[in-house]
Amino acid sequence: MSKNWPLWEIFVRSKNGLEHRHFGSLHAADAEMALVNARDVYTRRSEGVSIWVVESKDITASNPEHNGELFEPAQDKVYRHPTFYDLPDEVKHM
Amino acid sequence: MKQNNLYNYILSIADNSLILGQRLGELCGHGPTLETDIAGTNISLDLIGQCRNYYQYAAKVQGEGKTEDDLAFLRLEREYKNVLLVEQPNDHFGYVMGRQYLFDVFHLLFMNDMLNSKDETLAAIAKKGIKEVSYHKRFSGDWVKRLGDGTEESKAKMQEAIDDLWTYTDELFDMTEADKAMVSEGVGVDVSKLKEGYYKEVSQLLAEADLTVPESKYFTRGGKKGIHSEHMGYLLADLQYMQRTYPNMEW
Repeated sequence: MSKNWPLWEIFVRSKNGLEHRHFGSLHAADAEMALVNARDVYTRRSEGVSIWVVESKDITASNPEHNGELFEPAQDKVYRHPTFYDLPDEVKHM
Repeated sequence: MKQNNLYNYILSIADNSLILGQRLGELCGHGPTLETDIAGTNISLDLIGQCRNYYQYAAKVQGEGKTEDDLAFLRLEREYKNVLLVEQPNDHFGYVMGRQYLFDVFHLLFMNDMLNSKDETLAAIAKKGIKEVSYHKRFSGDWVKRLGDGTEESKAKMQEAIDDLWTYTDELFDMTEADKAMVSEGVGVDVSKLKEGYYKEVSQLLAEADLTVPESKYFTRGGKKGIHSEHMGYLLADLQYMQRTYPNMEW
């Protein structure tokens, strides 16, 4: 058995209406403890109103070695950004 | 002093929070893991925050121009009226969580009752503190269960802590002169009435934790009268060092 508790990724919603954002990670024996630890480690300065915890091993991440084939082809396709439209003045916050 | 009973009553509540806060504070940077370290220090800060409110109020009631710091840092050992339970040392994590849980159950019952105090300041402090204390109890109770229902070693250590600390539980329900006077005025909490609910709740959690409820009927008491265990002097030496060495120091 590993001596360390498993690692958990912590997502916190900072206020209602906003999405949960990744805040960091911590160790805990199970999900319940991860929640309690996250409360103490990440929300003690009123940073949040809701917490999600996910065990790190359950996250599938892209391999940085594949960054070239995954992400570079998109870099010269500026036409995929919706920047070629004239926005009417009435439309705000775009 | 006209309101001597009220003054003593406030101090007795404040001292429990101060001394337990100090004990937990000793562990800042020494917790078993980063996460439990921060959790323990958070609880410590909650308690210190609560006792500040009490000391400010006590200083006002006393009316001699003293400050919260005078009351927290400059009294003699005999003048502290906290229960023996909260001054017990941090021998190991099982003791820290056991002590915390045995106090938290009492503390929450106490605060729930203090909400109804005729004294508006005390009722307001209770209202603010209840959420904090509810969390403390959830945290410490959870750990007592985890350790009791954990490995053979954690179970033995948790049981050891509960067995050793049990002797200090009955004092929580002793009524001092100040207690009686304040209860009769509708200001104080009749702690003797909390006893049954307390032992019922604690026993239930210990059963869930697969731990044995100690059968000992011998209980140690004295803190509420200012007669403390041998640990208290060392604790106060740490707590008071700065103010005694550099009087009126602020930062």
